[in-house]
Amino acid sequence: MVQPLNYLRETASQTAGPYVHIGLAPGAAGFKTFDQELGTDIAGPNAKGERIAVEGVVFDGTGSPLKDVLIEVWQANAAGVYPHPADRRSAEVEEGFRGWGRVISDFATGLWSFETVKPGVVSGRNGRPMAPHLNLWIVARGINIGLNTRMYFADETDANAADPVLNLIEQENRRPTLIARREERDGRPVYRFDIRLQGENETVFLDV
Amino acid sequence: MTAEFFQRDRTLHPPALTPTYKTSVARSPRYALLSLQNSLSEVTGPRFGHNDIGALDNDLILNYAHGGEPIGERIIVHGRVLDETGRGVPNTLVEFWQANAGGRYRHKKDTYLAPIDPNFGGCGRTLTDEAGYYHFRTIKPGAYPWRNWVNNWRPAHIHFSVFGSGFAQRLITQMYFEGDPLIRNCPIVRAIPDQDAVDQLIAPLDLNAAAPLDCLAYKFDIVLRGSRSTLFENRLEGN
Repeated sequence: MVQPLNYLRETASQTAGPYVHIGLAPGAAGFKTFDQELGTDIAGPNAKGERIAVEGVVFDGTGSPLKDVLIEVWQANAAGVYPHPADRRSAEVEEGFRGWGRVISDFATGLWSFETVKPGVVSGRNGRPMAPHLNLWIVARGINIGLNTRMYFADETDANAADPVLNLIEQENRRPTLIARREERDGRPVYRFDIRLQGENETVFLDV
Repeated sequence: MTAEFFQRDRTLHPPALTPTYKTSVARSPRYALLSLQNSLSEVTGPRFGHNDIGALDNDLILNYAHGGEPIGERIIVHGRVLDETGRGVPNTLVEFWQANAGGRYRHKKDTYLAPIDPNFGGCGRTLTDEAGYYHFRTIKPGAYPWRNWVNNWRPAHIHFSVFGSGFAQRLITQMYFEGDPLIRNCPIVRAIPDQDAVDQLIAPLDLNAAAPLDCLAYKFDIVLRGSRSTLFENRLEGN
């Protein structure tokens, strides 16, 4: 016998189910319980940097849009700093910049979108810079454990080419599944990021 | 504060593809996940404060009451949010949502014939205290049918969403109630391959926490990923 290793075990995940909106976005579910719904303003009014919109659709393995998906985003500010004490530069983050948001897909079309500022380069492991990216977490009915992925920006070609995470993807033809296309709409930048859960051009998902 | 999280043990979590839970078939990736060593992007995460939530947010008996109280079994749910090292996770946001006593959700897409309760919304949230404790008051939810097989019924459950200190700890799960015979039949529960991990989702009745002549109580502890103490520097960020 040896001494016991007394670690607890992580609570097992379960699907968020079809009515995730009730708990996490009750306004969207059609009723009001909370004075303020969380996750609707990612960057706040004072954040520096380029204001952008991000939109997309999550598709299942049959190519159909998910109309009951919930996505959370976590990002650094335009200077590449996270508003969290583990980031030594967190005191530099603009007041009101939360870095976190929550969005649901449209019940009719499956389109989701949010507005934020484009994040900057974040210092990665061993000082290697990571290209600007959004960290995404996707839950829905049929998804037993939340799916993590990252969204990179198509106009960051050089930074993306050097990004340590993109370069970990052995099959180079899968890397573009993490890169959002840039469009201009009414003079404003919109990044389009479709997520394919399964099948052709399946998005790369991460075990973080 | 830059410690990495322990590797998530995916053998105790449900895999993505669990065909008896039919919706997972078309919504599960076919390729393997890409495993990353943590960077700042994973060990940081959103933080919440008392300004984010309201005074009644942890009381589902009162937070949607319109001239009366909801019908059903009054219960307290309480417990701790811990990490795998046994430390309480302080000041973290816990959110929960559920059906009413008849198994009906207040959601436009729920068409089950059991009626809506005019005094019950079914959602709440709270922050853990300095030791990781949380509590809320609610009505015990009812079982409800769902279209998987034609005769599938979900056990009574409360959905939980927990944050922790880093985005990689993000977790959504479901709490079940001690003694519910539907637990063992449920394809969503049985997506979990590890029986101990299933048991960890079942809240025991906790008479000690009940309010006599008022409401019963169930205890539900939630364990998030632990983090490494940096015995030797493994350069997570560098200079």
